[in-house]
Amino acid sequence: MWIVRRAAFYLLVAAIVVIAVFPFYYAIITSLKSGTALFQVDYWPKTFSLSNYVTVFTVGTFPRNLLNSLFVSAAVVAISLFLGVTAAYALARIRFRGRSLLLVTILSVSMFPPLAVLAGLFELIRALGLYNSLFALIFSYMIFTLPFTVWVLTTFVRDLPIEIEEAAIIDGATPWIIITRVFLPLMGPALVTTGLLAFIGAWNEFLFALTFTSNNEQRTVPVAIALLSGNSQFETPWGIIMAASVIVTVPLVILVLVFQRRIVPGLTAGGVKG
Amino acid sequence: MAQAGLTLEIAVPSARRSQLMRQRARSAWLFLAPMLVVLAAVAGWPLMRTIYFSFTDASLADLEAARWIGFANYFSVLQLPSGRDIYDGLLVDPVWWRAVWNTVRFTVISVTCETILGTIVALVLNTEFRGRGIVRAAILVPWAIPTIVSAKMWQWMLNDQFGILNDILLRLGLISTKIAWTASADTAMIAVLIVDIWKTTPFMALLILAALQMIPTEIHEVAKLDGANPWQVFWKVTLPLIRPALMVAVIFRGLDAFRIFDLIYVLTPNNVQTKSMSVFARENLFEFDKFAYGSAASTLLFIILGSLTILFMWVGRVKLGGGR
Amino acid sequence: MKLRRTFLAFAAGAMLAAGPAQAVDMAIVSGDTGNGLQVLREILDQFEENTGNKVTIVPMPTSTTDQFGQYRLWLAAQNTDIDVYQTDVIWAPQLANQLVDLTEATRDVVGAHFPSIIESQTVDGRLVALPVFTDAPALYYRKDLLDKYGAKVPTTWAELTETAKLVMDKEREAGHTDMWGFVFQGNAYEGLTCNALEWVKSNGGGQIIEPDGTISINNPQAAAAVEMAKGWVGTISPPGVLAYQEEEARGVWQTGNSVFMRNWPYAYSLSNGEDSAVKGKFDVTTLPAGSGEGARSAATLGGWNLAVSKYSNNPEAAIELVKWIASPEMQKYRTLRTSNLPTIQTLYDDADVAREQPIVPRWKDVFLNAVPRPSAPVKIKYNEVSSQFWTAVHKTMSGEGTAADNLAELEISLTKLKGAGW
Repeated sequence: MWIVRRAAFYLLVAAIVVIAVFPFYYAIITSLKSGTALFQVDYWPKTFSLSNYVTVFTVGTFPRNLLNSLFVSAAVVAISLFLGVTAAYALARIRFRGRSLLLVTILSVSMFPPLAVLAGLFELIRALGLYNSLFALIFSYMIFTLPFTVWVLTTFVRDLPIEIEEAAIIDGATPWIIITRVFLPLMGPALVTTGLLAFIGAWNEFLFALTFTSNNEQRTVPVAIALLSGNSQFETPWGIIMAASVIVTVPLVILVLVFQRRIVPGLTAGGVKG
Repeated sequence: MAQAGLTLEIAVPSARRSQLMRQRARSAWLFLAPMLVVLAAVAGWPLMRTIYFSFTDASLADLEAARWIGFANYFSVLQLPSGRDIYDGLLVDPVWWRAVWNTVRFTVISVTCETILGTIVALVLNTEFRGRGIVRAAILVPWAIPTIVSAKMWQWMLNDQFGILNDILLRLGLISTKIAWTASADTAMIAVLIVDIWKTTPFMALLILAALQMIPTEIHEVAKLDGANPWQVFWKVTLPLIRPALMVAVIFRGLDAFRIFDLIYVLTPNNVQTKSMSVFARENLFEFDKFAYGSAASTLLFIILGSLTILFMWVGRVKLGGGR
Repeated sequence: MKLRRTFLAFAAGAMLAAGPAQAVDMAIVSGDTGNGLQVLREILDQFEENTGNKVTIVPMPTSTTDQFGQYRLWLAAQNTDIDVYQTDVIWAPQLANQLVDLTEATRDVVGAHFPSIIESQTVDGRLVALPVFTDAPALYYRKDLLDKYGAKVPTTWAELTETAKLVMDKEREAGHTDMWGFVFQGNAYEGLTCNALEWVKSNGGGQIIEPDGTISINNPQAAAAVEMAKGWVGTISPPGVLAYQEEEARGVWQTGNSVFMRNWPYAYSLSNGEDSAVKGKFDVTTLPAGSGEGARSAATLGGWNLAVSKYSNNPEAAIELVKWIASPEMQKYRTLRTSNLPTIQTLYDDADVAREQPIVPRWKDVFLNAVPRPSAPVKIKYNEVSSQFWTAVHKTMSGEGTAADNLAELEISLTKLKGAGW
């Protein structure tokens, strides 16, 4: 009886692992195939050809798209962390009128459907002359990274011990000094968590990137992958798409696995405490 | 934060304190200003413009020429040359209501499945066993994969001729002919659901796991000593304790699922069986010459989502309060 | 290097009367099928060599529906980064306001093109796009298999259904289990509008909206045609055909897995390519006719054109580029490589073309008699009309409601869309 229960449990565990990882595994196998081998279903890697990866990096603008994604995501993280830290300090540590209303408003912005602002944002970006530039993306991504960053950092700052700030105030430190000299060194873990989640959010974003860019050179990777088709002799170039997918996903998977202990608290702070 | 003010009152003499408080309040707004300006520019203003456009006849080619036409995008009565009245506008548009229904159906089914499966995965991860770290790492993989990439991976696996899913099902004898998952009317929504559930269950599992880990182990020990079987322990002890966290997770996921766009746009484009409200709105905004109509759909989506948020927050708070 | 470029620019200036003085960078966007992009690149290389200008291709998905959505968006955003758009024959009225009027600049060359095609790209007296190739679909059939089983080339849809079933069953019995009878474009997009228009028109069911603007789609003959097509799905056509566009259909056909295919002429040269499993085993004929009153073979008129964006920073150079690609020499080059139908009249009598791509001279009458989609009468509402039509057909074929009901519903919503007039 005990053995059966144990076996059933491990069967369940195995099923979870297989289902979670299989599509990614299958994408890797597919990306290593070429030619007609693509159209045979294989469960184990039978061929090992890097030609799809070579194609991805040499034909077309994929390296450029990768750089775009990297630049946009990094800029989004930097800006939202900077704005988020200062705002979080004010929201968590200073008492002023309208603070709770402000917090609720910021939280509600993170619930906005992107479609609700798409029309207005399109008009604004066109008017600012940012259309088809990476700045349009950096700007528009603030709508989802900023509320989240502010919210998580506020809950973090709120939990920091009050005494250290008091000591600084008595020493006559200005709020700016308090933020940069007192809080920032303590906020490392929170910054890593929120920064990482903002990075993933920006890296994965599709709707704005699809709507606000036109050239291949300005596309980010999700758009490049979605629009990658039809240029081959035969069919949708599945091998190349899968190679591109693997390239895009591997850094994320590594990041997530390395920082997994940081991410879970970040999610729960954004989720459970919200 | 409430203590912040209190302790300061004790520590600092009163004249200097009030000056300090005023200075701090001023600097608070200074610190908030950049963030607020950005949020207003990226969210507030565009939202206002979207709502404004929904009351005009704006067309994509010439936004400046938009004229105010009142509620006509939402509802209007048109008279045909034959003299027959026909009703027009979003509120009587069957395609829109179909999109609403698709979205609701998608949200309810996906969130339900994700909650149940997420709970199961979380319960597994909450047990001590060898290799737990590997399992936790494994379930993070679907979550880390960009939505577009997962849509493409699954599109390939769901391919009717060369897809591995049909191959597995055929080998197991579960189906007799290959299924065109993303094309046929009966299975298009199922395909979208499969991918979404695969991708988002880890998120649910992690949230639930966090709640599970906050339950003191003694509670379970006591329940077991009382002779309760695991099933009873789950229903009588565990579930009530994680219910607040579960509620919040469900609400978050629900609101998120309600906005679905990427997955459907890539996996089953132009398919009426899966067209969501977001897809409908974008299609009208940019693909048909109906920018104003699309704005109206966006506005309705915002209103529906906003009401749901308020409703959930209210319900959630009542439940959370009762749970404590 | 610089010297060479200056020299080339000078040479170009001498060659093209209105050539640009300075070398410029331009971008052309195209979502061409098959080897179309590759051939475009070759044509552009020759252009670059001759003018010193640089041209990059922005590739797009092959679905014309997806392309249109993006192009309309970019033009509305007044995007200066795209100079030349490759446009579908049906887009002219919808994009006209944002395209440069080519009437003056092309006065010297339009005479060589078919007047009807030039006419289709003229909106309110402005020529907004210069044709590069025209299109009219063909029925591709496996000559070897029809001979093997003693079947004759079908001339009606009923015959096609019967023959497809016969050959498919026999081939499957013989061990070729992946064999299908007929592949076409059944995905919910513009291509389905083309396919379904052919079924309806060939069955005497009108052309959705008549040239005078009347909505004619709700009639028994149209419903019968759509029901007939519904009957193919899962029997002679793979169930996945409901997600097929041109390239998916060609994939099945070119790997030898279908007896018949409905596709555009571009598939002709590719099917005769070295790596094709059907090389030398197939032929083309006109699409079958339906039954009943007014039934005749019908082919939807397609075709691609080049338009210059109003927001281009280099309109003169862009116009030269368009004229280059649409020139008789380049059209001939393209036709020899892709079997696209040229829009230059004399190329149909060209000996090289007739020898290399025999489909081209044979297809002159087919495209001259092809049925236009109703983009002219419904003007800027075409995209939505088409979307409603393909949705009704796709719904029917995927088993949601009968053709009669869906077409009746379509009539109501088209009437609404029409309002007081198109």
